[in-house]
Amino acid sequence: MSVVTLADLKKDEKAVVVKVKADGELKRRLASLGLRKHSDIKIKTYSLSKSTVEVEVGTSLIALRYEEAKEIEVKKV
Amino acid sequence: MKSLKIALVGQPNVGKSMLINAISNSKLRVGNFSGVTVEKAEVSFDFHGVSIRIIDLPGTYSLNDYTQDERVTKEFLENEDYDMIINVVDATNLERNLFLTTQLLGLNKKMIVALNMMDEAKKEGICIDEEQLSNILGVPCVKVSAATKRGVGKLINRVVDMSNFDYDGSKLIFSDTVEEEIENIVEFLKAKKYSGVEDYRDLAIKLLEEDEKTYKKMHDEPIWIELLPIIREALSHLYIHYDTKDIDEIFSEERAAFAKGAVMETVTFKKAEKKNLTQKIDSVLLHKFWGIPIFLFFMWSLFQLTFTLGSIPMEWIDAFFVSLSDYAKTIFGDGELGSLISDGAIGGVGAVVLFLPNIMILFLGIALLETTGYMSRVAFLLDGFFHKFGLHGKSFIPLVTGFGCSVPAYMAARTLKNDKDRLITLFIIGFMSCGAKLPVYVLFAGAFFGKESAGDVLFAIYISGALLGLIFAKVLKVMVFKGEDEPFVMEMPKYRLPSFKLIWHTVITKSIMYLKKAGTFILGASVFIWFAVNYPQQSELESLYQTRIEQTKKEDEKIKLSNELNQKRLENSYLGMIGKATQPFFAPLGFDWKLTVALESGLAAKEVVVSTLGVLYSLGEDVTEESDSLLKNIKNNIEFPVAVAFIIFVMIYLPCFAASIVFAKESGSYKYLGYLFIFTTVVAWIASFIGLNVTKMLI
Repeated sequence: MSVVTLADLKKDEKAVVVKVKADGELKRRLASLGLRKHSDIKIKTYSLSKSTVEVEVGTSLIALRYEEAKEIEVKKV
Repeated sequence: MKSLKIALVGQPNVGKSMLINAISNSKLRVGNFSGVTVEKAEVSFDFHGVSIRIIDLPGTYSLNDYTQDERVTKEFLENEDYDMIINVVDATNLERNLFLTTQLLGLNKKMIVALNMMDEAKKEGICIDEEQLSNILGVPCVKVSAATKRGVGKLINRVVDMSNFDYDGSKLIFSDTVEEEIENIVEFLKAKKYSGVEDYRDLAIKLLEEDEKTYKKMHDEPIWIELLPIIREALSHLYIHYDTKDIDEIFSEERAAFAKGAVMETVTFKKAEKKNLTQKIDSVLLHKFWGIPIFLFFMWSLFQLTFTLGSIPMEWIDAFFVSLSDYAKTIFGDGELGSLISDGAIGGVGAVVLFLPNIMILFLGIALLETTGYMSRVAFLLDGFFHKFGLHGKSFIPLVTGFGCSVPAYMAARTLKNDKDRLITLFIIGFMSCGAKLPVYVLFAGAFFGKESAGDVLFAIYISGALLGLIFAKVLKVMVFKGEDEPFVMEMPKYRLPSFKLIWHTVITKSIMYLKKAGTFILGASVFIWFAVNYPQQSELESLYQTRIEQTKKEDEKIKLSNELNQKRLENSYLGMIGKATQPFFAPLGFDWKLTVALESGLAAKEVVVSTLGVLYSLGEDVTEESDSLLKNIKNNIEFPVAVAFIIFVMIYLPCFAASIVFAKESGSYKYLGYLFIFTTVVAWIASFIGLNVTKMLI
């Protein structure tokens, strides 16, 4: 199966994080916002031309850029 | 008296500022800038014979010093001396908030957890067993609501209570795998009767976490040789178990698991969560196509409101200062002293106070934007667009703050992690016209455009400034600050109805700061300018004209002559000399020496531009005429294209003295301030020149 990243998901799709490929600081920042391995996520919305994405993680909402979203591998639920 | 120093720590958007307001009953000075705490703010008060000092630290998601802001918090917590931590957590978002709590527990300080926003949690059907949570964390938890003030008194009582007992350690427990390794190390330390530290467990955790300071310290201990293999083995166990060699990730997972467990054991949901309000609002405000137009509409409304609503009290203030000025003349006479007080002091200060209503509305708008949670939505919407210009979506926050005042804006840029991104943002904050420039715009827009279109003109000025800023951001990114982009990751806080009190407090604090400036700095500058205008005395010229005025019989001729006298007197004054000496530089822009002087005095503070114009133009004209308001004088004395050039110059050139100093501090070097001066002056000059000539062609 090809790898699905957060950036490949459509609006309202749910998934579980498999791996955060980002390194060091970014990884830690994502973790402190609740986005880490095994987190349940849901895509809330994309901005125009998919440049940013709003993700629901637990009880918080997080905004990511498309480039960062591509660094997060997920498994669709 | 016993005194307590308390650090207030929490993640962003948990209502820390609101809580500190509720605690201090708002009668105490809170020195932070609207919503975003960019510097440590302090509050101190007495409670039952204990003098309490609370330090409000910038919000931080974790103690990993990701941004400069977070570094401030981390460094304070690790190095400063304080008695206790109040950890403010958002009860509606407990799991993520407890992640920070687990890190704070590692600091080994007395701590109280304030479960804030309990009122909201109740509405969402969230029940928290705070007794159980206290047991799990090993520190007391108190339910509070900063909005309704419930539990705030209890919180302070607990703080005072706790100060009477010794700290007895936290109860942060890791998974069995990690605990086993901790136990191994502790056993070894016990066997060796190691006396370097009191708390073996704490030392063991620090060693496993690869804490740099601990390693440095232990490295010099004799026990190190034997300890090292044990640690190495422990780590290799962990690596295998977690399938990664990233110790940060391992502990972050551990803490997250602890937080999750704590929430599972203490929180119950009464009802299934419906689509909440935030999501409903987001579906409108973050709409793919409507999102940005809606935002622009909000901004446009704000500027309209600033102008239309603001003009009502402005008329009263204007009338008040005119009559005050007349009254001063009846007391002090028409002579030197009378002129100093009424034209110099009252005229100058009045011109600045006049714009208080505008400033208040603008600050109100920005405060609303920040406290409701809309600001981060806008960053989300605009990041794609900003990114094209070499900026970061988060740059939006300092840039918008820049519309209020550049000083907090420069500080707010700390949320940007990447140095280059931060420098670009710092350089273009000045393009976002600050509140102090507003009076200049209002004055000129009012003078040259009707009341109906003045609001639109104002909006156009701000927007074109912002666009110019974006263009130069791109130029800087491509030519000067090349490099990798900072990732865009930010929380979108829940929409919250802002606390009326907090907003009110913010607006009032800012207004008082503005008035204070008018009362001190600008008063001084006005008096100084008055002297520069009236000296050196030119008795020869005066007597010459006096006799000529007496000789003529026609009233018209008399007025014309006295106007000429005023004009000549001004030109030969100190101020006139300065203006004339530097005027050649501005001549291609069509500025006369008066405008030149006004611009130069604006380097001290932008409000001074208006007060200088006030002094210059109220003296230069015949005061007995009905048109003694500055507005009409400006309209009659300045050509339209020149006015356009002047506005453009004011829009772009160096920010005020105070802001320049903060800029130097935040950019890290005075070298950059030099660059900023050259950059803004050159750009301002060229843009004004273009503006002048284009306007000339059009009319």
